[in-house]
Amino acid sequence: MIWDLFLTFFKIGFISFGGGYTVIPAIQNKVVSQDWMTIAEFQKAVSLAGMAPGPIATNAVTLIGYNTAGILGAIAACAGIVLPSLIVVIVLSSFFFPLQHNKTVKSIFYGLRPVITGLIAYAAIHFGGFDKPGEYSSMTVFALLICAGCIWLLVKYKWHPLTVIAAAGVAGIVCL
Amino acid sequence: MQTNWKERLHILAQLFSVFVRIGPSTFGGGYAMMPVIEREVVEKRKWIAEKDLADIVSLAGSAPGGVGVNAAAFIGYRKAGIPGAAMAVVGVTLPTFIIVIVLSLFYLKFQDNPKLEAALKGVHGAVVALIVMAAYRMAKAAIFDKATAVLAALAVLTLLVFPVTPLIIVAAGIVMGIILIRAKEKIGLKADTEKTSSSHSDQELMYPEYYI
Repeated sequence: MIWDLFLTFFKIGFISFGGGYTVIPAIQNKVVSQDWMTIAEFQKAVSLAGMAPGPIATNAVTLIGYNTAGILGAIAACAGIVLPSLIVVIVLSSFFFPLQHNKTVKSIFYGLRPVITGLIAYAAIHFGGFDKPGEYSSMTVFALLICAGCIWLLVKYKWHPLTVIAAAGVAGIVCL
Repeated sequence: MQTNWKERLHILAQLFSVFVRIGPSTFGGGYAMMPVIEREVVEKRKWIAEKDLADIVSLAGSAPGGVGVNAAAFIGYRKAGIPGAAMAVVGVTLPTFIIVIVLSLFYLKFQDNPKLEAALKGVHGAVVALIVMAAYRMAKAAIFDKATAVLAALAVLTLLVFPVTPLIIVAAGIVMGIILIRAKEKIGLKADTEKTSSSHSDQELMYPEYYI
C-alpha cells in the first residue's frame, strides 16, 4: 500500500508539466479507480489542500496518502510526487541553460504552452464537475455562483488567493 | 578534510533553513516565492546572480512539478550538488507537509459538522476559480496566434472526449510545436515561438508558470 502510493504519485509526478493543476484529473482518476477515495471525498481533499500553502497537487497527494495509510502513507505520497521534480531538475540543469535559446527547444515550448493551457482548462472543468452534470459531485447553482464570485474577486479586485478561499468558505456556510 | 566536511554540512543546513522559511510563502502560487528567493538567495547570501533568476524561473517552469520545488532544487543543486538539491527540496516541502497533516487532523475531528462541509464546498468553488485563473494566465503567454489557439482547443476537447493521460497531450504538444514552426517557415510565414511584447509588462510574459 505504502509502496503503491509512492509509485502511483511518482509516475504522475513525471507528467505534471505546467504544474500541479494539470495532473489533478489524473490523480482523481487514479484515486477513484484504486478505491482510495470517492470523487466527493477527493474534491474535499483537494479543497482542503488548497487551504494550505504550497503546491496544491503536492498537498492533495499528501492528504490522500495520509487518509489511505496514515503518516507513512503521507510521506510516501509526498515523496512520490516531489521526487520527479528533483530528478528532472538535476538532469535538466546540466544542459538546459545553453539550450534554452535553441530553436528546436523554443519550438517545443511553442507547442507545449498551449497544450498545458488546455490541460489546466480541462482540470478546471473536470474538478468542477462540469463535464458530468447530474452526478453527486457536480456543483450546485450556489457553488457555481461562489466560483464565479471568486473569479471576479481575483480578477477585478486582485484579492490574494488565501483571502478568496477564506471568503468562499464563509460564503459556503452562509449559502449552502 | 575535516574542514571541508564541516563546511559542506553547514551549507546543507543553510539550504534547508533558507527554504524552510521560503516554503510557506508560496500561498497563491510558486511565483509568490520569487521575491522571497530574490531577497534571501540573491541579495542576502549571493548564491545566485540577479540575472540568473529569470533563467531559474524558466527552468523551474519547464520541469514537471511546481515552480517552487523546482527552483529550490535548482538553487540547491547549484550550491551543493545533489545533497544540496535534496536539502532544499525537503526544506521547501516540510512546512507545508506539516500544515497539511494538521489541517487533515482538524478536518477529521470536525468532519461531521455540516458547517464545515458547507465551507469546504465553498472552498471547492474557490479552488476551481483559482484553476481557471491559472489557465487564463497561461493562455495569455501561450496563445497568440491561430495555431496555438487551435492546439489549446484541441487539447481540451480531446481530454473531454477521450480518457487520455496528460503524457500523451504533452507529447503531442511537443511534437506539434516542432512541426508547426517548421511548417510555418516552409510556407514563409513569420514563425514567432513566443508572444512578442506588447503592452504587457515583461514580468508577466517571463513567468507564465506564475499560477503554481
